[in-house]
Amino acid sequence: MRRIPIPALIGLVITGLFLFSAIAAPLIAPYGVSEVVGDVWEPASSTFLLGTDNIGRDLLSRLIWGGQTTILVASAATVVSFVTGSIAGLFAAVIGGWVDQLLSRFVDLVMAIPTLIFALVVLSVMPVTIPVLIIVMGLLDSTRVFRLSRAVASDIAVMDYVEAAELRGEGRAWTIFREILPNALSPLVAEAGMRFIFMVLFVSTLSFLGLGVQPPGADWGGIVKENKDGIVYGIPAALLPAVAIAALAISVNLVADWVLDRTSSLKGGRNG
Amino acid sequence: MNAYIAKLVAQRIALGLLLIFLVSIMIFLGTQILPGDVAQAILGQTATPESLANLREELGLNASATERYFSWLTGILHGDLGTSLSNGRDIASAISERLGNTLFLASWAALISVPLAIILGLVSVLYRGRWPDKVISAATLSAISVPEFMMSYILMYYVAVQLGWAPSVAMLNDRMSLLEKLHAISLPIAVLVMVVLAHMMRMTRAALLNVMQSAYIETAELKGIRRSAVIWRHAFPNSIAPIVNVVMLNMAYLVVGVVVVEVVFVYPGMGQYLVDHVSKRDVPVVQACGLIFAAVYIFLNMVADIVSILANPRLRHPK
Repeated sequence: MRRIPIPALIGLVITGLFLFSAIAAPLIAPYGVSEVVGDVWEPASSTFLLGTDNIGRDLLSRLIWGGQTTILVASAATVVSFVTGSIAGLFAAVIGGWVDQLLSRFVDLVMAIPTLIFALVVLSVMPVTIPVLIIVMGLLDSTRVFRLSRAVASDIAVMDYVEAAELRGEGRAWTIFREILPNALSPLVAEAGMRFIFMVLFVSTLSFLGLGVQPPGADWGGIVKENKDGIVYGIPAALLPAVAIAALAISVNLVADWVLDRTSSLKGGRNG
Repeated sequence: MNAYIAKLVAQRIALGLLLIFLVSIMIFLGTQILPGDVAQAILGQTATPESLANLREELGLNASATERYFSWLTGILHGDLGTSLSNGRDIASAISERLGNTLFLASWAALISVPLAIILGLVSVLYRGRWPDKVISAATLSAISVPEFMMSYILMYYVAVQLGWAPSVAMLNDRMSLLEKLHAISLPIAVLVMVVLAHMMRMTRAALLNVMQSAYIETAELKGIRRSAVIWRHAFPNSIAPIVNVVMLNMAYLVVGVVVVEVVFVYPGMGQYLVDHVSKRDVPVVQACGLIFAAVYIFLNMVADIVSILANPRLRHPK
């Protein structure tokens, strides 16, 4: 295994830190998630490292707890999106014919509506709870995964070893999960990083619009929303979660780039 | 041969219209047949059976879904978008002014970002691999990783609050002159420009670099033409099709980005109207806005495809 390049290493470390603080939130957060401990919008001090928020809760604790929610929702939605999208995409590529046509045209139709607009339309009638959010975001995003996995799988489906498996009399499920999936995995894994970032931005945007994670739950988008009125008085509290979102997005991006680079060069693949 | 192009364009327009029709079905289904009852969603879990029955009657929920869909669709085709549940006002009249405001904001953002993206793309190809290219690439890459609302608040915090150069809230009224209006929306425009600029510029650069590998570019270089002239006279005209395509796709993206930016800057446009009514669970308004946003998006995508059909010389002059 080669040495990890510096940008990827930075990305890995920062992503790791975010994951650690999300998992260990109850241990490292100085205060509870909705514990009012100080005055409104206190500046940073030794008791409140990042100051307090719009009703006097410790901002650092809110950020740590909020990170937990954001990362949890984004990861779960990514999983939903990947499981649905890649299985449907692999089946469409292997079965072909009218199944493929039907699925592909349906995906075209869903992608003709901007994702955010579609999510808003659906959330106007659904109860806005975390499971609903995860499913709505995951299903809407699975259209992108479907396109990628279908494209990758239709390249693989014409390979000799797939034909060999079919001639051996293996079933369709075997061909899909044992022959095609393992070979399609590396582009899919790199894509997972990008989808995860998109999910973080998506859930943050929804929460910022007041249609994502509902109070008293905290997530990064929601913290921006709660503290946005402070901006006009020169209080930068709303910028902090935004910085966290950007830092996470950039570091995951760096890691995904490296994974893509490594897997494609390992296979001597098409991307050189 | 022109009949061939006309046929392709007509097909694409027909496809666009079909898509809009299908999308109207999707949006209708999305709000009507999902688990959970619209009346229940509006009134909440504590509603009495009588009030639920009344609201269902008022919304016409007792008719079949197909009937309701077609009465909704014929209404839209006649310019009647229905009435809002939350304040009982006519949706079409509420939307018309807001749609104008949104288009005003989006078109100014487009007017600024498109030429800027193309110029930056040309510059970075001209100085490929040297510092102007690297600076432009790094700046655009970081702009992509930042959500719109974050960019909005950073600008609001530094430009509006600390420096006081622009208002932090984009209010418009009829007495303002064009310049005053532009000053009022300068920050939202700046955010939208940054959001689409990065992508457009990168694609412009990629399209130009792709053309720069052609044999005729090498010929032009061997003739001894200056590099800037090679790019401007020989490469650029041949990459107009992909560039226009990217521009239209980004205009489509702009329509969506506008939603968040309008909410941040309290701008009286369609996006803010939509978001407000989603939280009020005002289904007729959400359907109408959703359909308009989707239709604009599909329309811009259609224009992108048509432009690339028209700009393709192989289609214009078939053998």
